[in-house]
Amino acid sequence: MMLITCPWCGPRIEIEFHYGGEAGVAYPENPAELSHEEWGRYLFVRANPKGEFFERWCHSAGCRRWFDLRRDTVTHETGSIG
Amino acid sequence: MSQPFRHGDGDRIDRTRPLTFRFGDRVLTGFGGDTLASALLANGVHEVGRSVDLGRPRGIVAAGVEEPSALVQIEAPFPEPMLTATTVELYDGLVAQPLAGRGLLSSEPDPARYDAVWAHCEVLVVGAGPAGLAAATDAARPGQRVMLVDERPPGPGEATPAGVRRLSRTTVVGYYDDNFLVAIERRTDHLGPAAPPNAARQRVWRIRAGRVVLATGAHERSIPFPDNDRPGIMLAGAALTYLRCYGVLVGRRALVYTTNDSAYPVADALRSAGAEVVVADTRLGSRGVPPAGNPPAADLTGARITEVFGEQRVICVRVGDRRLDVDVVLVSGGFNPVLHLYSQAGGRLRYDEDLGALLPDGCRQRVDVVGTAAGEGLPRCGPPPLPEPSAADSRTFVDLARDVTIADVRRATSAGLRSVEHIKRYTTAGTAHDQGKTSGLLTSAAVAAALGSSAAEVGVTTARPPYVPVAFATLAGRDRGDLFDPIRITPMHGWHVAHGATFENVGQWKRAWYYPREGEDMAAAVARECRAARTGVAMMDVSTLGKIDVQGPDAAEFLDRLYTNLMSTLSVGTVRYGVMCGVDGMVLDDGTAARLGPERYLVTTTTGNAALVLDWMEEWLQTEWPRLRVWCTSVTEQWATVALVGPAARGVLARVAPDLAVDTASFPFMRWRDTTVAGLPARVFRISFSGELAYEINVASWNGHALWEELVAAGAADGIVPYGTEAMHVLRAEKGYPIVGQDTDGTVTPDDLGLGWAIRKSDKDFVGRRSLSRPDTARPDRKQLVGLLPEDPARHLVEGAHIVERAPLGPPPVPYLGHVTSSYFSVALDRTFALALVASGRQRIGTRLFATLDGELIPVEVTGPVLYDPKGARRDG
Repeated sequence: MMLITCPWCGPRIEIEFHYGGEAGVAYPENPAELSHEEWGRYLFVRANPKGEFFERWCHSAGCRRWFDLRRDTVTHETGSIG
Repeated sequence: MSQPFRHGDGDRIDRTRPLTFRFGDRVLTGFGGDTLASALLANGVHEVGRSVDLGRPRGIVAAGVEEPSALVQIEAPFPEPMLTATTVELYDGLVAQPLAGRGLLSSEPDPARYDAVWAHCEVLVVGAGPAGLAAATDAARPGQRVMLVDERPPGPGEATPAGVRRLSRTTVVGYYDDNFLVAIERRTDHLGPAAPPNAARQRVWRIRAGRVVLATGAHERSIPFPDNDRPGIMLAGAALTYLRCYGVLVGRRALVYTTNDSAYPVADALRSAGAEVVVADTRLGSRGVPPAGNPPAADLTGARITEVFGEQRVICVRVGDRRLDVDVVLVSGGFNPVLHLYSQAGGRLRYDEDLGALLPDGCRQRVDVVGTAAGEGLPRCGPPPLPEPSAADSRTFVDLARDVTIADVRRATSAGLRSVEHIKRYTTAGTAHDQGKTSGLLTSAAVAAALGSSAAEVGVTTARPPYVPVAFATLAGRDRGDLFDPIRITPMHGWHVAHGATFENVGQWKRAWYYPREGEDMAAAVARECRAARTGVAMMDVSTLGKIDVQGPDAAEFLDRLYTNLMSTLSVGTVRYGVMCGVDGMVLDDGTAARLGPERYLVTTTTGNAALVLDWMEEWLQTEWPRLRVWCTSVTEQWATVALVGPAARGVLARVAPDLAVDTASFPFMRWRDTTVAGLPARVFRISFSGELAYEINVASWNGHALWEELVAAGAADGIVPYGTEAMHVLRAEKGYPIVGQDTDGTVTPDDLGLGWAIRKSDKDFVGRRSLSRPDTARPDRKQLVGLLPEDPARHLVEGAHIVERAPLGPPPVPYLGHVTSSYFSVALDRTFALALVASGRQRIGTRLFATLDGELIPVEVTGPVLYDPKGARRDG
């Protein structure tokens, strides 16, 4: 049961949050100009590293704000992104 | 003589407090402070039950939670299966049964109360032995919340260090991320029938600790030898605990069988208590001679037990070439530091050759291991010695709790298994109530011997929570009975109940399903409700529909990006149907958007999707479009909404809304008006989910009930009929209107549903648009929404039924074309009909397919999805 630090509310228990997958995957500027492969990569391809991972979380049972979090996928150590 | 094996005063028992209990058909006595096990041993009872698979007699092996075999069933005051006799505190009137294999769950509801608490502390110390007490004392200072948790009852004369919060009879069962630990406190178990009924029997503690100190001690382990499971064969350290703590001499003629020096003080203590003791040390030569000043010396060195006599109780053993008459065999195969919690925390373990045990080797969490758990004071000891392979291997146990023998382990390795984790699953070793606390390393040693490896290389299996068995009732706590999930009702709910409505759950909402009259079944009620909507006037409570108020200078732009059709081109006062897709182009939700002002919209969502759509909007605003000046808020519960439906609806509305021009020219389809309805401020939408002339009247939620009553009264002259969700489903399906979540499943595009018209013509992007031209989403053979008419108009298809091309099916694989998503009887069509998602469905219109039904193939005609009023002639009444 991780203790996740919400940048707005401080450290809170994991069950207050929901997970949003890999961080930094921006919605493409001009989707119409992308090839099928490029668009497919945006839709379906995400990193799945063993170790450090930057990911999106939402404090859904708190302030409802989205934020990015650094998490080690092996140890579950988390830290906010500076 | 009562309790013939009591000897001296154990420091945990109170001889002034005799207790009477029953075990099987015997009535016995013990003392306050006894465990069931110590009281049984005081009465000379070793055998407590039979093993789970082989049915062999089993006795008391240990003196605590590590007990592998002394399982009993408690019968009174409340039946509980499979408790270890070594942890059940004795009380007056306790009734226990020996357990043959598995216990029996009570068929009665548990009358006890359970609850849960949260705690936060700077330091949590687990274990109140000398090392734990010292750690707690060290940590205690002003401003530091220090908790000390121990699984035993408070011992006599044990002082709690000042400034420390102590929990006794409390076992930490799980250690999770970020120093989150879960403990179970047994508050009234030890009181038996005297437990106050208003006190929670057990309590779950959820503790977040800054730092954790594990002072969890060590468990002694056994030594494998043939028939090492006979009652009377127990751990040496347990015998000492029974003598010192409970004043019980476990036997009068003991063989102490050891691999290490720790058993010598046991032998000494038992001799002092009057027992005859022979010590057999498995070590040879100089190692077999105990250190100076540690009398007495071994009687036998390099000796192995090769044979055990006696079935219900050990009576004789063969050690080397000697036969010894005994009533107990006290075994010490070394010690396992108790590192279950440490492993759960992510701590690494290393095998220590000197101690023949696994020791802590670093952890990412803030945890320290102290005392015996860290290996302090443990005797030098090799891995458990194993007997030479023989026919007796199938009677040589490594795990008593699971009846796993050396032969079983060898069978697993012969089958090609190498990992101790796989062998655990194959043999079930270590999977019983005790999770192999005393046997884990024995199994590893047996695996190592079979593979020609070492215990260090083989390792042990991963420890997982819970450390001891936990009752489901405890974990459930007060969360029993009705679910915590909120039940949401509309302001008109009381009327629906009073008028006999049946209800269905839609998300968290209770929605009126249909309103049966005297003597009506569901089909008759739904038919009557549908008929009223199509031929007269009917009304429905649609307050549950999700409503989101979207405001801000960029509201129009925002909705353009989320909906497939343009919302910025709506003029104030108008309404538009809209479809929302995920980035993958699949339909996420549908609803209407009404433009309330230049910078304000009210959008509606499917009842079950309201929260999802609000989340979706907020996510895009926060993460992708933070520069858009838009604010969204849920107003679902601020409004009560009534749909007034049918050719006679206009007349009814005119009666209650005198200020509203209701003719089609003044109030056309897809418009909204603010007005007064039945004297209540109202907003009326001219939208329809049935194809009939319809109005959706919105008032403040606290006026909802009044509005409903007024409409009932105003419509009485026209025979107004309230209708529920079932009739609503039929009416919309007759018109081919899909319901997101029923006719869609996350793999359906707007075009698949026949909603291609709702996709804007302009090039402007919307979420998911790019996906609609992906090769897969543009495939011509995608499943499309169509209507199905069974050739027999009385046959009702089952929702979910598969659609196939021909009957009989022919040899497999049979091509699967799709499935039925909605199926009803239609009064308007006077026949059954269905909606279905069918591959290349639109091309198949007019053809014959088959729907499966209980192994039968029902012929159906494929039609367009709109079966009633395809020209839309009825919407203006």
